[in-house]
Amino acid sequence: MQNNLLKSFAGRQGWTSILVLALVLMVVFPLGLDIFRLNLVGKYLAYAFVAVGLVVLWGYGGILSLGQGVFFGLGGYCMAMFLKLEASDPISTKIQSTPGIPDFMDWNQLTALPSLWQPFQSFSFSLLAVIAVPVLLALIMGLAMFKRRVGGVYFAIITQAVALILSVLIIGQQGYTGGVNGITDLKTLLGWDIRTDTAKYILYFLCAGLLIGAIITSRYLLGGKFGMLLLAIRDKEDRVRFSGYDVANFKIFAFCFAAGLAAIGGALFTLQVGFMSPSFVGIVPSIEMVIFAAVGGRMSLVGAVYGALLVNFGKTYFSESFPDLWLFLMAALFIGVVMAFPNGIAGLYESIAKRRSAKSDDTKSEPLASAPEKTAAAADKAHWPHPGAATATQS
Amino acid sequence: MHDHNRRQFLKTAAGATAALALSAHLSPAGAAVPPTAQVNTTGLAVTDAEVTVGDLHSKTGTMAISETGSIQAETLAIEQINAMGGVLGRKIKIIYEDGASDWPTFAEKSKKLLVNDKVAAVFGCWTSASRKAVLPVFEKENGLLYYPTFYEGLEQSKNVIYTGQEATQQILAGLDWVVKEKKAKTFYLIGSDYIWPRTSNKIARKHIENVLKLQVVGEEYYPLGHTSFNSLINKIKIKKPDVIYAIVVGGSNVAFYKQLKAAGVTSDKQTLLTISVTEDEILGIGGENVAGFYAAMKYFQSLDNDNNKKFVEAFKARWGKTAVIGDVTQAAYLGPWLWKAAVEKAGSFDVNKVAAASPGIELKTAPEGYVKVHENHHLWSKLRIGQAQKDGQYKVIHESGLLEPDPFPKGYQ
Repeated sequence: MQNNLLKSFAGRQGWTSILVLALVLMVVFPLGLDIFRLNLVGKYLAYAFVAVGLVVLWGYGGILSLGQGVFFGLGGYCMAMFLKLEASDPISTKIQSTPGIPDFMDWNQLTALPSLWQPFQSFSFSLLAVIAVPVLLALIMGLAMFKRRVGGVYFAIITQAVALILSVLIIGQQGYTGGVNGITDLKTLLGWDIRTDTAKYILYFLCAGLLIGAIITSRYLLGGKFGMLLLAIRDKEDRVRFSGYDVANFKIFAFCFAAGLAAIGGALFTLQVGFMSPSFVGIVPSIEMVIFAAVGGRMSLVGAVYGALLVNFGKTYFSESFPDLWLFLMAALFIGVVMAFPNGIAGLYESIAKRRSAKSDDTKSEPLASAPEKTAAAADKAHWPHPGAATATQS
Repeated sequence: MHDHNRRQFLKTAAGATAALALSAHLSPAGAAVPPTAQVNTTGLAVTDAEVTVGDLHSKTGTMAISETGSIQAETLAIEQINAMGGVLGRKIKIIYEDGASDWPTFAEKSKKLLVNDKVAAVFGCWTSASRKAVLPVFEKENGLLYYPTFYEGLEQSKNVIYTGQEATQQILAGLDWVVKEKKAKTFYLIGSDYIWPRTSNKIARKHIENVLKLQVVGEEYYPLGHTSFNSLINKIKIKKPDVIYAIVVGGSNVAFYKQLKAAGVTSDKQTLLTISVTEDEILGIGGENVAGFYAAMKYFQSLDNDNNKKFVEAFKARWGKTAVIGDVTQAAYLGPWLWKAAVEKAGSFDVNKVAAASPGIELKTAPEGYVKVHENHHLWSKLRIGQAQKDGQYKVIHESGLLEPDPFPKGYQ
C-alpha cells in the first residue's frame, strides 16, 4: 500500500492532473471568459488557496480547522492596510479634518496614524506581514493546543472561537480597522492602478500561477516523509508518538503551512476585489472554506481548486438566475455532493477511473493487484470523515 | 457621373424633407420616441422599446427584513412609470440582484449589473457598508446609484444620488425641537457600534455642546445585535438625562425598548428621541413598548397630504393591506421618479448627462411633500417629529422648514 502511495505521487498521473488544471486556468479561462468573469474566477482562486491548505491540514493531517477565515482575513488585511495608506495621500483626502490618514479613521475622530499602521507604509514590510502575521498566530495557537494534545472536536471549536473573537475585534475597533465596512476604496499598488482591465489580467495570472505553485509545493511536502507521517498521525496518533516522533511539531507545521496559504489567498483577494472586510473573517466564511475542500475532495489538492470553483460558480450563477431561491439551491448542492460523493469531485473522478482500470485488469486477469484497493475504498466510504490510510492518494 | 450625383442629392433631399415633415408632425403631440442612437451614446442597455435598470438589495440574510420595503417601493414606482408610458418612450425593465446582506456580494453584483447588463441606473443598497463596497465600482464603471437610506454623510459622489437624509438634516432640527419643546438640558447618547451611529452622535454632541451650550452626560455604543441593556439602563437611571438620544439599529431595538419598559423607563417619565426606529422597526419592537417616544425622520406613513394618501393606497394595493411604510421605503420610492425626471431633462440615458441634469430636479408628487436635488446630489427635505402610538404608527407633531443637505458640515467634523 505504501508503495502504491509513493508511486502515485511520483507517478505521471498526478502531474497530468496538475497540468490539466494549469491549462484550464492559464489558457481556457482567459480565452473563454471576458474580463469581468475572469476577475470573478480570480476571486474564487483566492479562496482555492485556503482549500488547498485544508487538504494538507484536514485531508492528510486529520486536523479540522473551522477558523481558516482568520488567516485569510489577516493576510487580506495586511495587504489592504498598505493599499489604503497609499490611497490616503494628503491630496486625495484633503476634505478630511486630518488629511493623510485613511477616511474611516477621520470619521472616528482619530487625528494621527496609529502606530499599528505605521510599518504598513513600507511595501516590503507589508508583503512580509501578509505571511508572517497569520503564520505567527497559527504558531501560537498550534503551540498552545497541540503541545497540550488538544485535538479533534476541541480544536475545531477553539478555531471557531478565534474566528469569532477576531471578527468582533475588527468590528469593535472601527477607528483602527474600518469596522463593519472594512477597508474599502483601494486604488493603486506602488502607483500602479489595480482597477484597470490590464491590471486585472495580470493579477489573475499572478493568482493562478501562485496557486499552481502552492499545489506543487504541497504535493512535494505530502509526497515525502512529512506526508507519510501526517497520514500516520491522522490514523493512529499514539503509534506515531510511541515510535519517537514529536507529533505536535508536525501538526503545528501543517497548521502554519495551511495558514500561510490562506494568507496568500487573502492578499490576492484584496488585490483583485479591491477591498477587505470582516465578513471574510468570521465563522460562516470559515466553514464555507471547509465546504470548498469537502466538495472538491479533501484528499485531493487539485480537487480542492475545482471545489472552490464549483461552489463559487454555483453561488454566482444561482444568485444571478434565481435571486429568490438561490440559497436553497446551494444547500441542495452541498447536501447532494456530501451524500452522493463523500470524497468530493476528486473521489468521483477516481472511482470512475478505478472502475475503468478494474475492467482492463480483469481482461489481463490480475485480480490480486486491484482487490485490496477496492476494500480500502469501501472501508473509506464507511468511515468518512476518518478514512483509512489508503484513501484516494492520487490528486 | 454628374447625373448620378444629382440623383443622389435629390434622393437625400427628399428623405430629409420627409423626416423633417414627420418630426414636425409628431413633436407637438409629444409622442415622438427619440432614436436610441441619440439617447444612448455610451452603450447602455437601451433599445427602441426598453431601458434596463438594476435593483440591488438584500433579499436574503439579516438585512432582508429592512430592505424588502425598498425593493417593493422601487418596483411600485417603476410599474407606475411604465403604466404612464415609461421614460423617453421606453418601458423600464428591472434586473433584480440579491446582495445577500454581504458587502462583497454587493460589490460583485453591482459590477455584474454595470459591466455585463449595462444597466442605465441602479436602485439599491441600504447599509453604509454595502454602499461603501459598491461606491468604487460605480465610480470606476461610471454607473448611477440611487441610495435610499438616511446615513452619516461625509460622502458625495457624481455617481450617487442620495434620496435619504444625511446626518445633519436628521439631527440638528430634531435636537432644536426637543430643547425648545421639552426644555431639555442634559442628553445621553446611545448607539450601535458602527459608522452611522458614531458619526451621528458626533454631530449631535457638537451641536448640543457648541451650539445649544447644553450638556452630554453619557455616550455609549453596543455591538450590532447586542441584546442586554440592563447596565446601560442602570446608568441612565443614575444620570437622569432629560433626553435619551437613541441610535440603536436592527434586532437590538427589540431588546432595548422592552428592557426600558420593564425597568419602568416609559414615555410619561422619560423623553426619548430616536433617529433609527421607523414603522418597520416598530413591527418587531411592538407598539406598546415604544408608545410615547419620539422619532425624527423626514417621512412617516401617517403624513397627511394627498401625495402620501395616494402612495399609501397604491402601496397597500400592490403589496398587501398589512404592509408598513417606513422612512427608507418612501425614500426608495423617490429614486425611480427622480431618475425619470433627470433622464427627461437630459433627453438622454447617458450617465454623465443624467448626473449633470440631476441638480435642481424637483418632485412635487413626492409622498413626503416636496423634494429637490441639491448640487451635492442629496435632497432638500423637511424633518418631522413623530410620536409613536400603540398601533405602531407615528403621530406627526412637528414639521421643520425645507432643510439644505450638507454632507460635509463645517464645525461638526
